[in-house]
Amino acid sequence: METDETKKDRRTLLKLTWTVLGIAAIIEFAVMVVLYLKPRKKRGREEAFGDVITTGHMDDFKKGSVTAFRRGQFYLVRFDDGGFMALSRKCTQLGCSVPWVASEKRFICPCHSSVFNIKGEVLQAPAPRPLDMFSVFIENNIVKVDTKKRIKRDGFSKNQVVYS
Amino acid sequence: MALVLVFSQAITGLLLLFLYSPEMSKAYDSIRVIQNQVIFGKLVRNLHHWGANFLIVIVFLHMLRVFFTGAYGGLRNVNWWIGLGLFLCVVISNFTGYLLPFDQLSYWAITISIGMFDYIPLVGPHIREMIIGGPDVNQSTLSNFYAAHIALIPILLTILLPFHFWRVRKAGGVVLPFKTDKNSEGRTNKVPTDPFLITREVSAALLITALLLLVSVLFNAPLTGSANTGMSPNPAKAPWYFSGLQELLQHFHPTFAVFVIPLFLSVLIVLLPYIKQSHDTDGIWFISAKGRKTGLISAVCALILVPFIIIISENIFQPSLVFPGFPLIITDGLIPFLCLLAFIAGLYVYVNKYQTASRTETVQAVSIFILVSFVVLTIVGYWFRGQGMALCWPWDMTMSEIALTK
Repeated sequence: METDETKKDRRTLLKLTWTVLGIAAIIEFAVMVVLYLKPRKKRGREEAFGDVITTGHMDDFKKGSVTAFRRGQFYLVRFDDGGFMALSRKCTQLGCSVPWVASEKRFICPCHSSVFNIKGEVLQAPAPRPLDMFSVFIENNIVKVDTKKRIKRDGFSKNQVVYS
Repeated sequence: MALVLVFSQAITGLLLLFLYSPEMSKAYDSIRVIQNQVIFGKLVRNLHHWGANFLIVIVFLHMLRVFFTGAYGGLRNVNWWIGLGLFLCVVISNFTGYLLPFDQLSYWAITISIGMFDYIPLVGPHIREMIIGGPDVNQSTLSNFYAAHIALIPILLTILLPFHFWRVRKAGGVVLPFKTDKNSEGRTNKVPTDPFLITREVSAALLITALLLLVSVLFNAPLTGSANTGMSPNPAKAPWYFSGLQELLQHFHPTFAVFVIPLFLSVLIVLLPYIKQSHDTDGIWFISAKGRKTGLISAVCALILVPFIIIISENIFQPSLVFPGFPLIITDGLIPFLCLLAFIAGLYVYVNKYQTASRTETVQAVSIFILVSFVVLTIVGYWFRGQGMALCWPWDMTMSEIALTK
């Protein structure tokens, strides 16, 4: 027999079902949109950025020099002791591109005058952390830089420098 | 007025749409063609540019009018939120339109504005990558912004605008004050729509059209050199309506400047209809004579205090230097933020207790303080920041020519 009580139960159940289904549909839709838009990330990259970039023979880079690689959006730094490091040219504050000012031996961001030294450490705020780096490896004296992964760091340490 | 501008934007936007190509390599050239080779092209672009800026200002002023005449409570709360949605639409549409010329100015303005998302804890970088479709501003970003600018936002506006107007009708029209005459009951009298309202609306519409035309004929929309992804101009600034935020970034730790403080304010604005009114204030500007007085006090407070703090923190005092060794987020973020909160609380208590203002009057005075501070920040950020974002006078400001024209 159908009482008010069972009627109510059935209605609550139906309501609950609808709500759950509705939420599921919204989530599905959202996931679909996200997945649909995702592949653009790869397409959107500048040519060659995101690959391993061969920069040249290690003797081509003088000690204490900074060489810009526009293609990979990084600077290849060679320290006085011969070690290599690849620094991203993107300012860590808001993403402006930071030029190397050779006369002052510093990276100076034109947007909000953050200053970084040759190791990428912050000399002057507002930048909150050192310049990001890319991993460098040396094969047969050829220096290669992997721009696939941007490495964020809190400070400079010796093991970030790569020697042959 | 805002509606007229929306129509004007739709028409000029449509005209521009015929000639614009949303591809990274062609966008800039297509704008140049519109500017230099199309008859009236420059005028249409100017109208669209200035119309967009007017629209933000007018919608914002409209919001202030609604707030200060207390037209957001009771039945009108839903409309307050719809209005906020519309305001968001206008800002997003302006922001997405900013990128489309793809010149140095727009490229770097979008880069640094979008860079602010990185400071939202946890989800920030993902949101940023979702919006711009990659690690940097690129073709996907242009496509995204273009789609939002010409389809998404106009559709939202078409849905929300009629809803907004309909809700005004449902609430019984624009708010009306009670009769000032003590003896009579009820609200002030109404007059027939035709001709009283019609003449006013039409003259407002004509006025804004005339003003828009005048400005568009006299001042050109900026167009700098083609975007150069390797060279940021000095200084690189966000669009003017975000320059208050950018200014805040100079003084607070980024997490606080672009996340905590804006979140705090947005929540307050959204919850505004829930703040209980101590008395019926419908339709009266600034509630009462006391409301006007306390409002003025807070405004003067902000006008003196904010420039003072900006100069101090620029030249003399930096918390991170006073307490070296502490994390930046505490010295440059938490401590100044708590000081700010303490000051606002102090202002609240002062107005409430010593000026014996009612609750609504106090809330309003505090809002005026925050509002004026924000306006000052925006003005400083836009007009008083020169190369390297150092403070300077507006007339001394020069963009580095090389970076812009190259």
